[in-house]
Amino acid sequence: MKELKTETTQNYWDGFTAGDWQGEIDVRDFIQQNLTQYDGDESFLEGPTEATTTLNNKVIALKQKEREAGGVLDADTKVPATLTSHKAGYIEKDLEKIVGLQTDKPLKRAFMPYGGIRMAEDALEAYGYKPDPEMHKIFSEWRKTHNQGVFDVYTPDMRKARHYKIVTGLPDAYGRGRIIPDLPRVALYGIDRLIEDKMADGANLGDGEMTDSVLRLREQVSEQIRALTNMKEMAASYGYDISRPAANAQEAVQWLYFGYLAAIKTQNGAAMSVGRIDAFMDIFIQRDLDKGLISEKDAQELIDQFVMKLRLVRFIRTPDYNDLFSGDPIWATLSMAGVGMDGRHHVSKTSFRVLKTLENMGAAPEPNITLLWDKRLPDGFKRYASEVSIDSSTIQYENDELLRDQWGTDYYGIACCVSAQPVADGVQFFGARANLAKAVLYAINGGVDELAGAQVGPNAEPITSDYIDYDEFMRKFSVQTDWLADVYVNALNAIHYMHDKYDYEAEELALKNTRLDYTFATGISGLSHAIDSISAIKYGHVKIIRNEAGIAVDFKADNDDYPRYGNNDDRADQIGKDLIKQFYNKMNTHHLYHDAKLSTSVLTITSNVVYGKNTGTTPNGRQAGEPFSPGANPAYGAEKNGALASLMSTAKLPYKYATDGISNTFGVTPRTLGNDVEGQKDTLVNMVDGYMENKGMHLNINVFNRDTLRDAQAHPEKYPTLTVRVSGYCVYFADLTKEQQDDVISRTYFEAM
Amino acid sequence: MKIYEQDLSAATAVTDKAPIGYVHSIETFGSVDGPGIRYVAFLQGCRMRCQFCHNPDTWNIGTGDEVTADEMLADAKRYRAFWGTQGGITTSGGEALLQIDFILDLFKKAKADGITTCLDTCGQPFTRKQPWFGKFEELMKYTDISMVDIKQINPREHKRLTGWSNENIFDMLDYMLEHDKHVWIRHVLVPQRTDYDYELIQIGNYIKTIAPIVDKVEILPYHTMGVPKYEELGIKYPLDGIEPPTTLRVKNAERLLHTSDYTNYKNFPNY
Ligand code: SF4
Repeated sequence: MKELKTETTQNYWDGFTAGDWQGEIDVRDFIQQNLTQYDGDESFLEGPTEATTTLNNKVIALKQKEREAGGVLDADTKVPATLTSHKAGYIEKDLEKIVGLQTDKPLKRAFMPYGGIRMAEDALEAYGYKPDPEMHKIFSEWRKTHNQGVFDVYTPDMRKARHYKIVTGLPDAYGRGRIIPDLPRVALYGIDRLIEDKMADGANLGDGEMTDSVLRLREQVSEQIRALTNMKEMAASYGYDISRPAANAQEAVQWLYFGYLAAIKTQNGAAMSVGRIDAFMDIFIQRDLDKGLISEKDAQELIDQFVMKLRLVRFIRTPDYNDLFSGDPIWATLSMAGVGMDGRHHVSKTSFRVLKTLENMGAAPEPNITLLWDKRLPDGFKRYASEVSIDSSTIQYENDELLRDQWGTDYYGIACCVSAQPVADGVQFFGARANLAKAVLYAINGGVDELAGAQVGPNAEPITSDYIDYDEFMRKFSVQTDWLADVYVNALNAIHYMHDKYDYEAEELALKNTRLDYTFATGISGLSHAIDSISAIKYGHVKIIRNEAGIAVDFKADNDDYPRYGNNDDRADQIGKDLIKQFYNKMNTHHLYHDAKLSTSVLTITSNVVYGKNTGTTPNGRQAGEPFSPGANPAYGAEKNGALASLMSTAKLPYKYATDGISNTFGVTPRTLGNDVEGQKDTLVNMVDGYMENKGMHLNINVFNRDTLRDAQAHPEKYPTLTVRVSGYCVYFADLTKEQQDDVISRTYFEAM
Repeated sequence: MKIYEQDLSAATAVTDKAPIGYVHSIETFGSVDGPGIRYVAFLQGCRMRCQFCHNPDTWNIGTGDEVTADEMLADAKRYRAFWGTQGGITTSGGEALLQIDFILDLFKKAKADGITTCLDTCGQPFTRKQPWFGKFEELMKYTDISMVDIKQINPREHKRLTGWSNENIFDMLDYMLEHDKHVWIRHVLVPQRTDYDYELIQIGNYIKTIAPIVDKVEILPYHTMGVPKYEELGIKYPLDGIEPPTTLRVKNAERLLHTSDYTNYKNFPNY
């Protein structure tokens, strides 16, 4: 480790263009002043160093062992995770350019009881570990957890909505996640400067009148300062002094990674984003390259090894959770490229270097590589990204212009799978999703759950006629969704209040501004089935088939030719637009914790399978238990006019309301993209350009044949690194449950005949 | 196999206002049907009976959804953002040239709107007889690129394979050569039918004679995805038991047809 203690901060910044960023904490301004754009192609890139390859082989072998061990290689049962709970851990110390593990050994899972002790214990038991009785006592009798807090205040209605799964996946027993720490702050300013700033903020918080909100924020700032101090200690255990700014590229990447490590050591959030760091890291790398201190090979090594660390992040989770989000995703989302407010694109050589890791170390689901796409990105980068997409199906694309306009800054990142978040001063309260397809059935059955037969929604008059009258249905649907919006939003109010209280993310929020803008994230599942069901009722003359108990269990449309979502047919697509807007407005009539701004999303991750499993037959002919289509995708088999018509339907959904994301998972066979590689790249570039120009928000792109997937299901050993993009993230196909694999196989792959 | 002998005019109903097109289906994301991403209109009706045809449901003439050129263009233009510099619209089939009045109207209007046009045809309706030939000459003015299948080089074999001779197809290609109308040439490779080296060599030689207008040459490996359609329509599948060609045979055909020599398609539409 280099000793630079005698130097002043100014020396660390030597060679950078000066700006506001020096006087105040402002990473965006630093990037603005120092960005090095790159307009060329990938030919400058280098392969992995020997050290990287050796380490990577070790990691691959460890992951194989982990899979063979049933999913978990090692787990802590006794030590609650903190920044300093574990001594330094390594893969192979001498070879590692970037160091730091969540625990003392690679892939060993930390014990994180603050979300809920039951969940932590269930997770251990699921993998054959014995929970520690003393820990049990501490976290159930002495130290309250988030989960206990929430269940102390849940109303009977909330418990019911949760139990009968009209609302699923609530973060009431696990971390809400979705916070992007402004990691570059650690590298650019050093921790001491950040502490100084937080102390100054704390000194001026409130005028002494101790209102609830002043109290909360003062306590939070104190916790942040403590977290920052502990980060220094954590880094010191690896032999680094991060109290000062990073002096060179290696340190910059290392410092930044320490910031991330602090987050993943202490939170098992549903998504643990890395943020948007390509341009930032590039500035430090470029400075060292210009000074002749490092070569391109060294630069690539830093990025490879940084990414390797992101591939090692693990949490221990219950089988229930894995059913929802399978393949052990952690959404180490890495957002890249994009265009600045001033019209300059932010593609740097480091954007290329990150993509190159997929070749240097093989395809892997993490980090969740997200390209902020704009027509104005340089051609060389667009084509290289398409090539990587075609080869590995590991990239997702988001509409940079749409997001930049909505959030008002070019320094935003992707907070989980799909949602955008201003890095410096935005935070999202994550909140799972409500099942609108089920709500359609509640409207028909008068609030009685179609599978359980229990009264769950409001006890309203069910539809009693043989055929469903559209107007009557819409009235009854409105009654049920009023209730659903109410119970859903208020459950989230309870969750976020308790999360702040018992499982506050001090380590992540310490790396953001003190005053923040909060969004209150909600979500919708089953949208395509709700749309097609309502369209069937409106245009198809739908007959109800009831069981002995009088519950509608099947439907028959006299006219099966009704408009379906996914064909660029305004009659169906308008229903989708209305559904989102109306449900948003219903939710928006309620109190929202922390005066957050409401947002919603149409994304399901892999939970579309579980949601479908818990939902009866819907009027569009989807059978009970069948998976929903993922995210905002049209129902399987509904699309009749090819891929673009399908994309256009999704593009029409209003991002204005669903600012948390509208996810489209697009599957296509390589041959359909074109008969040769160059043509395939062109097609993909034009397709993404076209989708974004039509205001489409997000695209997962999968390029492969269904036969490949079938073969991979039968012979997983032949495809250890076959990755698939599911709604908003990427998984190893082999890590999906059999049901989810079947679901992925049965999805639409646009195919040329 | 019964061949439908119908009058040409029956295929395209001409109303007072605008010719009506009969459409089998629309593919909004065609990326192997001409340059770039294309809106492909599969028109209804074909007189050939290619043994390897995977769209027998497009054979019937005079059925399908009825649309005008204006309607189709309006629908297609919704996808304009995806087309880049090369993409546009393609009429395919079935056999597009059976509805020459409709595609003439469509292409004329498309070109007026700055949209590139591509005609996918097997050439079977081609004739130098009037009034059809006049319309064809007119159509060529508005066609940026044509995709023409050479299914068989030998006329007798062609008749066996498709029910029709291929002399007029070569005549059509002659016309295109004379008038510098560019084409993509395609050959469907069917084992035991169209995969004999001596014939492939002849096709390769023939293509050389029209090389100035050939932008691209493609081998399309025969596949069996159409089989269920035959079952549905109750038609006996003529190629029962024939498997798709091996990669080795596809490579062989590409070599014999010199596919890699024809790269002008990259410059489309700015030659
Ligand atoms: S020309 Fe085309 S549509 Fe007609 S029979 Fe042959 S392959 Fe089928």
